Amino acid sequence: MSLAALRADFEGFEGTPADLIPVLQRIQVLHGFISKDSVHLISRWLKISENEIYGVATFFAQFRFKRPGDHVIKVCLGTACHVRGGEQILDVFRRRLGIQPGEATPDGMYQLERVACLGCCALAPVLSLDDKVHGQTSVLQVRDLLGGREPSEDS
Amino acid sequence: MREWERLRNSSHPVIYVGAASCGLAAGADEVIEAIERYLSAGKRRADIIRVGCIGPCYLEPLVDVQMPGMPRISYSNLSPARVTDLLESFFDKNEVFQRRLVGHFGDSGFDGIPRFFDHPMLARQVRIVLRNCGIVDPENADHYLARGGYAALESCLSLSWRQVLDVVKDSGLRGRGGAGFPTWRKWLICRETESDKRFLICNADEGDPGAFMNRSLIEGDPHAVLEGMLIAGYTIGASAGYVYIRAEYPLAIRRLRTAIAQMREMGLLGDRILGSDFSFDIKLKEGAGAFVCGEETALIASIEGKRGMPRTRPPFPAVEGLWGKPTIINNVETLGALPNIVRNGPGWFSQYGTESSKGTKTFSLVGRVRRTGLIEVPLGTSLRTVIDDVGGGVIKGFKAVQTGGPSGGCLGEEFLDSPIDYDALAAAGSIMGSGGLIVLDRNTCIIDTAKYFLNFTQAESCGKCVPCRVGTRHLVDILERISRGQGEISDLDKLERLARTIKGGALCGLGQTAPNPVLTALKYFRTEFLAHIVEKRCPAAVCRDLVVYRIIKDKCTGCQRCVQVCPTEAISGPRSEPHNLDMTKCIKCRSCYEICRFDAIAGDAIVIESGV
Repeated sequence: MSLAALRADFEGFEGTPADLIPVLQRIQVLHGFISKDSVHLISRWLKISENEIYGVATFFAQFRFKRPGDHVIKVCLGTACHVRGGEQILDVFRRRLGIQPGEATPDGMYQLERVACLGCCALAPVLSLDDKVHGQTSVLQVRDLLGGREPSEDS
Repeated sequence: MREWERLRNSSHPVIYVGAASCGLAAGADEVIEAIERYLSAGKRRADIIRVGCIGPCYLEPLVDVQMPGMPRISYSNLSPARVTDLLESFFDKNEVFQRRLVGHFGDSGFDGIPRFFDHPMLARQVRIVLRNCGIVDPENADHYLARGGYAALESCLSLSWRQVLDVVKDSGLRGRGGAGFPTWRKWLICRETESDKRFLICNADEGDPGAFMNRSLIEGDPHAVLEGMLIAGYTIGASAGYVYIRAEYPLAIRRLRTAIAQMREMGLLGDRILGSDFSFDIKLKEGAGAFVCGEETALIASIEGKRGMPRTRPPFPAVEGLWGKPTIINNVETLGALPNIVRNGPGWFSQYGTESSKGTKTFSLVGRVRRTGLIEVPLGTSLRTVIDDVGGGVIKGFKAVQTGGPSGGCLGEEFLDSPIDYDALAAAGSIMGSGGLIVLDRNTCIIDTAKYFLNFTQAESCGKCVPCRVGTRHLVDILERISRGQGEISDLDKLERLARTIKGGALCGLGQTAPNPVLTALKYFRTEFLAHIVEKRCPAAVCRDLVVYRIIKDKCTGCQRCVQVCPTEAISGPRSEPHNLDMTKCIKCRSCYEICRFDAIAGDAIVIESGV
């Protein structure tokens, strides 16, 4: 990626330091994560040091620095979901996939994330697979959602 | 206007589908597909309108059918198959479908069907802020205009800013984000600060887990919030406004984008709005997932492209805010209430509520209550009315109600009859907060809940000040110890002392209120702490280290369902014989417990008990 290509993706941005967060968000939408290269380019474009960019990016939960799995599972751990068993759902995903929240399976199929709240609290516990939100789920649905994928060996 | 009338008295059928995030999570998309399939198969004509959330989320997916000459009739919990039955009844048989009926939206009786708004969940509500939610098409500006939209802005533009301020002052409106500061007073400070520029920020960074009022309002009626921004912007003399919204709310973001584009087309944004000297523009800023950004100074830092860390106040943002200019930050609901207040007059709004807390408030009523959803009730309504009448009662015996999210506290039975207002909740050691009401029953553990909230604030603490960064960590550690049955009596004093230190010493609202869940738990549920510490027992059978899973041999039919779902092969046994549970392998994930209740022949052969 070059600086020119980067700029082409960012028409309408003023290129001031205040654009940093929206620019990072855009990069993540386009590439799935924030790579070292893109941080380097943003630094030259917005005239902010790479240190500062990482300082901001790592502060916010939204940004990822590794390529995510193809399918993103987000388990909601809002209060209503916690009270109705969200923690256990996350646990079963963790065991079935053999990964921790924030990680991708070695084959790159799934990404597991915990989120603070998806805002569908009345249908707790909820989770989302890619962009589809599932309400009133239970530990039992985990296997169905993973299409019968067997538990990971090392769990 | 015309379009709305046309829709209300439509000569062909109109089908409304609740398609807010909650409806979609319950399967609204599949229901819409089924409707479309049905219509195209029979070459039938009907308008399908995706509306926002009308409140009773537990009834989603909700579908309303309005046949020519009939009122709009609402049906609940529809699946693709059921909605096809419903349409066949109306279209093929010309009959009103009788199953899953919730009510009709007409003014008077219809065919023995109850009115929708007489439904027990809705009867006690007063819908001011939510008046359009679930009723209009949120992506059609004409619907908003037809319901009196932007009339309030027009009348404000013919008044001086001081006159508008007086209207807001007389209405008694207080900030709906949680702290409850009188809206007019904050505005006045901002307006009276000399500056070439002022800014308005709509805080839609609804970070409180368990609350979704702002999401629902924006998804269901985005123009109300945006009109409120124009009114606020005019009064404080701002030239630009920002909506700071969570990235986790993609549908709400889309609805705002659409609405802002519509406003631009109608001349409601930009230079000299509606021919007045008022010029104003609105930009969207997506939050990037930090709870602390709900704090005003942290939010401002984040808009400026920096780490979302709070700074000491004063100077308050109303004096020195975004880019150093006077800035007002108002919650979504505060802004959403403004058009109604201006249109109907301050007296109309202040007729609801208590002496110190006027008007209505939206709440997300969730947790272990029968009817969950988004509600709006006059301030001063008792918790009992909300939980029993609106919420239909608690599933397994009331234990506590949690208000104010991570900044609030758990209130027990003795508070059920106290009114919900800013001051009563604060006196009890909790806060009103933005409107999360989470009902806890006997199956919820107070220590687990306190630990949950402290884990949350500990993870979300920005780390700038020591009391919050280190203090919350220690609170979590102590609570963790107690929940494992390793607590000591002296831990209770330690918790209390530490909590008070954090409250007094933290830099911002996040840290100052973070200990509230622990302090209220200690104050009102001390016996539950003692059960964990002295008896090493979790009365609600929640804390993992203090419970055991057991198969009741007499009840187990050996159906093998639990064997199939167990992720660690802890359960074994041949078919038709009582199964064995190997405690050394059991991770207490609940899979077996739930499948036994859901799908097994015995139904309740697996129990979770307190005790090791």
